[in-house]
Amino acid sequence: MSTPETTVERERLAPEQELLTINMGPHHPATHGVLRLVVELEGEVVRDLRPVMGYVHTGIEKNCEDKSYWKVIPFVERMDYLAYFFNMEAFCGAVERLLELEIPPRATYLRVIHMELNRIHSHLVGLGTTALDLGAVSMFWYCFRERDRILDLFEMSSGQRMHTRYFQVGGVIEDIPRGFEAKLRSFLGEMPVRIDQYEALLDRNEIFLRRTRNVGVVPRQRLLDLGVTGPLLRAAGEPWDLRKAGGSSAYSDFDFAIPVGTVGDGYDRYRVRIAEMRESVKIAAQALDGLPEGPHIADDRKVVLPPRSELSTSMEALIHHFKLVTEGFRVPPGEVYYSIEGPKGELGCFVLADGSAKPARVHFRDPSFVNLQAFRDMCVGGYVADLIQNLGMLDPNLGGIDR
Amino acid sequence: MPDAPGLELIRQQINERNADAVLDTTFEHDQPALIADPGQVLAVLRWLRDEPGQQYRFLSSLHAADYLPAEPRFAVHYELLNMPRVERVRVKALLGDPAAGENGAAAAALPEIDSCVELFPTAEFQEREAYDFFGIVFRGHPDLRRILMPEDYVGWPQRRDFPIGGEPVLFTKDEPDSPGWYE
Repeated sequence: MSTPETTVERERLAPEQELLTINMGPHHPATHGVLRLVVELEGEVVRDLRPVMGYVHTGIEKNCEDKSYWKVIPFVERMDYLAYFFNMEAFCGAVERLLELEIPPRATYLRVIHMELNRIHSHLVGLGTTALDLGAVSMFWYCFRERDRILDLFEMSSGQRMHTRYFQVGGVIEDIPRGFEAKLRSFLGEMPVRIDQYEALLDRNEIFLRRTRNVGVVPRQRLLDLGVTGPLLRAAGEPWDLRKAGGSSAYSDFDFAIPVGTVGDGYDRYRVRIAEMRESVKIAAQALDGLPEGPHIADDRKVVLPPRSELSTSMEALIHHFKLVTEGFRVPPGEVYYSIEGPKGELGCFVLADGSAKPARVHFRDPSFVNLQAFRDMCVGGYVADLIQNLGMLDPNLGGIDR
Repeated sequence: MPDAPGLELIRQQINERNADAVLDTTFEHDQPALIADPGQVLAVLRWLRDEPGQQYRFLSSLHAADYLPAEPRFAVHYELLNMPRVERVRVKALLGDPAAGENGAAAAALPEIDSCVELFPTAEFQEREAYDFFGIVFRGHPDLRRILMPEDYVGWPQRRDFPIGGEPVLFTKDEPDSPGWYE
């Protein structure tokens, strides 16, 4: 047998070229989480780089095997803690496919509204923290101001600002409350103006331009070989978006564009994210306008909790409620891989069911985890300062990487 | 997506070139899957990637699963994607447990499969993850180490026979009962 525990010696430079190995992180403010980078420097130039992760690994996938399906939902939300609606959608969608459960149109529209708000939220955090690393401190406050309004909306619909547990297998837990629509409309009306302001701050900012232009370019084919998806891939000119290509959710009902870049440098990545926020605003507005009437959750009493009002009048409803809360629903044996377009790329969820009320395996293909492989290609040959910019524009989420 | 007859056709075409490389096909929940012989999985992947008319050039995801108590118990899943046609196909390689029923040194034997990093560079981290959690050794992987668990960790935590465990929580009121708890 091979000895996999030993580190394979990487290519070394000639001894006259002196290299300095430094350790960035795990607690470095610019790593946006607990990421450690072992960087080999020749002067100011990065010659080699290895990401080391696992510092916030909490065994979520293993723990999911010990929880009934409906208890897994809040667990997987905490993987990529900036894209919780997407994690829920990936898991619920996979279980719905295993159950072959149709979800009502109103539920798909409500899911789209929340996911698109979540996409804006995730991009805002990424943009704000990256701009902060590049010295644009005010950007951070502007981005987090708008993010807070999104969190207010989430709080209104679900009672929680983050990790809302709003999506259920079969639909969403509750219909949107009164007043949500007006508040969402006012946000959607205001957000394009705010995006204009971000652009006014950054687009002609000499420092920002010099820091991002032609930095961290990786050829498109190399990105595809490395499995990179999401804004990073689109910035390199590949118009790949599972919202258009997946055909999974209600996205085919909406009119929106896929923004792409040309060069694939840091500036293009920033531009693609900005343009995506505009598209997300458009999608959410269309979903709100076209929101169909009807139930917000499927009417399958073996899977979905009965309405609260029935519990005091209907014996069957009480039995169903008791069975669902104590044991949970059973899922017929099978396996499904379901992928959606998360804010950082393809977010896939693999669920293996063995016929019991608990999944036999839950695996998340997290986009940050796969995208991080392109980081070495982005940085080698560039300056240390560009490494910070590249990491910000890569926008990894360590909760999602380590799971 | 290739439908069930299309999948049989793919199986036939691969098996003409590599005898018994595809052992079986399944088509569940609209998701086609080829069950590949673990010894020839690279040939299957290469054919699906390079054959004109197939061109599954993107590996979306590589992950492992433990089907205990089924035999063979492990599986490595390759989720392949053809981007222009938006078609997905899954390749599954089932691996037995060489340590089953063994004692002594043989009980530490690990299942092995060829690494596909040469074909799909994206598999590097994901194969490390499968090794980390299931103890599946990928032959020819450039840097096969644990990726998320600590480097000195012993055991393969996502196997189904690995206990969930847990650590006892120490409350302040119980500290007098366990002197030296802080060591």
